[in-house]
Amino acid sequence: MKTWLPVPLLSLLPCLLLFAGAALAVPEVNEAERPRYQALLHELRCVVCQNQSIAESNAPLAKDLRGQVATQINAGRSNDQIRQYLTERYGDFVLYKPPLRARTLALWFGPFVLLAAGLVMAVWFTRRRRRPPGAAADVPAPVDAAALQGLLDRYPGERP
Amino acid sequence: MRYLVPVSLIVGLLVLLGIGLRLDPTEVPSPLIGKLAPPFDLPTLEDDGRVTSDVLLGQPTLVNFFASWCTPCLAEHPLFMRLSAGGSVRIVGISYKDRPEDTSRWLARHGNPFALVARDAVGASAIDWGVYGVPESYLLDAEGRIVHKHVGPISDADWRGTFEPKLRDLARLTP
Repeated sequence: MKTWLPVPLLSLLPCLLLFAGAALAVPEVNEAERPRYQALLHELRCVVCQNQSIAESNAPLAKDLRGQVATQINAGRSNDQIRQYLTERYGDFVLYKPPLRARTLALWFGPFVLLAAGLVMAVWFTRRRRRPPGAAADVPAPVDAAALQGLLDRYPGERP
Repeated sequence: MRYLVPVSLIVGLLVLLGIGLRLDPTEVPSPLIGKLAPPFDLPTLEDDGRVTSDVLLGQPTLVNFFASWCTPCLAEHPLFMRLSAGGSVRIVGISYKDRPEDTSRWLARHGNPFALVARDAVGASAIDWGVYGVPESYLLDAEGRIVHKHVGPISDADWRGTFEPKLRDLARLTP
């Protein structure tokens, strides 16, 4: 449970590793492995920047993680092994495509459930509005000519 | 009665949005809780010695990643000084991407609450521990299992509300 942060907010936040600290040089990946390396970088989230992949981010931590991925690719490890290495440390949050598990079911199928619920409601409401067959049509009540004449006589100025 | 459905939908949505406002998206839950702390073998701050993760065993320990360039670390420093003076928990510091002379100067200036300080100059151990910001603190039980992770400086309220009860639990489990 989070409480509201007091005013001197900045002093209480962690130094997220966006700028601070020099990053190591990223090891080279050989030409054959480069497409795999790039593809993998794009599906890993930079945990400090959160809305960038580690391929795009300039944060030193992202650079360090690129180095980790490169080192592991050079060591001949598979994509799954590298993904597992990172999720063991940073959780499923590093993966832009979360794995399908019991606790991610709502994440994967929630939107479709909501869409279906919306469709059901839309159909239900439009059905209810439509007149049931055989019901009297919406004809205006018959005009009582005498009463109308009476009103017109009573308000002569209002005559169009 | 005819507004019951839309009104309850809107109230439900507002409640969810309200909960969402109070969540901190920068707080990434750690998958390491309940697991053994990642092993490390790091140089000590002052001399050529090594510190391995074996030092974390034997008693509940607070592991703190910090740096002299980390301003928020100063916010929790007085608490750590009090804790180490009171002897309530052993604190092991790991200086993150910091020059040893800068770390030493910082500790000389603000006081040293750490039982020992290891040096992670390149941030490699930090990746093993899932660190993504400093300060970050991990509470370990006597067997070296991670009980709790805290991102950002620990406030007095955090300490009283979260760390102290967990430490009491640990003391009860291992008499």
